[in-house]
Amino acid sequence: MPNIEVNGKSYETDEEGYLVNLADWNKDVADYIAKTENVAMSEQHWEVVDFLRGYYDEYQIAPAVRVLTKAIGKKLGPEKGNSQYLYELFPYGPAKQACKIAGLPKPTGCV
Amino acid sequence: MSDEPGIKKFMFVNRKAPYGTVYALEALEVVLITAAFDQDVSLAFLDDGVFQLRKGQQTKGIETKNFSPTYRALEGYDIEKLYVEKEALAARGLTEDDLLVDVTVLDRKALGALMDEQDVILSF
Amino acid sequence: MLHIVNKSPFSSQALDSCVQVAPGGDLLLIEDGVYAASSGTVADNFMRDIMKRFRVHVLGPDLEARGLADRLIDGITPVDYAGFVDLVVRNKTCQSWL
Repeated sequence: MPNIEVNGKSYETDEEGYLVNLADWNKDVADYIAKTENVAMSEQHWEVVDFLRGYYDEYQIAPAVRVLTKAIGKKLGPEKGNSQYLYELFPYGPAKQACKIAGLPKPTGCV
Repeated sequence: MSDEPGIKKFMFVNRKAPYGTVYALEALEVVLITAAFDQDVSLAFLDDGVFQLRKGQQTKGIETKNFSPTYRALEGYDIEKLYVEKEALAARGLTEDDLLVDVTVLDRKALGALMDEQDVILSF
Repeated sequence: MLHIVNKSPFSSQALDSCVQVAPGGDLLLIEDGVYAASSGTVADNFMRDIMKRFRVHVLGPDLEARGLADRLIDGITPVDYAGFVDLVVRNKTCQSWL
């Protein structure tokens, strides 16, 4: 399996670059994965990533985009709870790309 | 049959305890995928299936993922119809308070009638 | 000898067959078999009868996974994986009622 190297430490990923072990995640790893995805992490990006990690912690799944959008709107306000905002932050899809940066598995049903 | 055009009534029938077999987890994954299609989805828990909703599951010792918290995510997926067989709960010494989500408890007859009304049944 | 049951008593005849065939000895409940060790079910009295003839053990991690650790029938002994191995070693033969 492929590995990524961050700060001299090696982390196992799958073929698509998702972390294999959830517990491996830290902010440096997230920054590294973001760079490979051409995403420059801002406060707004972290807000979504933190939200996703919180969601996973509570429900043990990565949410579908529709569910994520709705839940973000509820928590962070309607100006952030829409797909346009989230796609601007994560052009390749908020669920897919943001989940990868958050160290979560690909959302169920996401191909 | 459903009143709205293009919308079908889907019922997932869960009859197996979690962890011992993979049915419960597979059902849950299919439910989450189906949620994307905006259909009229309900889940029924019969027989040992009621054990899937038991509070307090701790799977560290069997090194298996505890998927029970995911039932609480269903509401966010707009899946709010969870039916539990009354007789199955009683036979297993359980009450609604032992379950980790809000459910509608129905007796076997009522569940059977509801099953009869569906367009699609998925059995697990 | 040791008898192992891994099926729920509510959906399988495995435990019934086991106790009808076996005269006694060690009985270990694992996987979905642990539901038989839960108090307050319709199998409660059946289990208490079984306990008169068998030393009944239950695999703790399987009990905890199913959220039943607080419902164990008094007199049934929880064992960990090492305890499972001990039971197998201590008995000359072992039958799994699959």
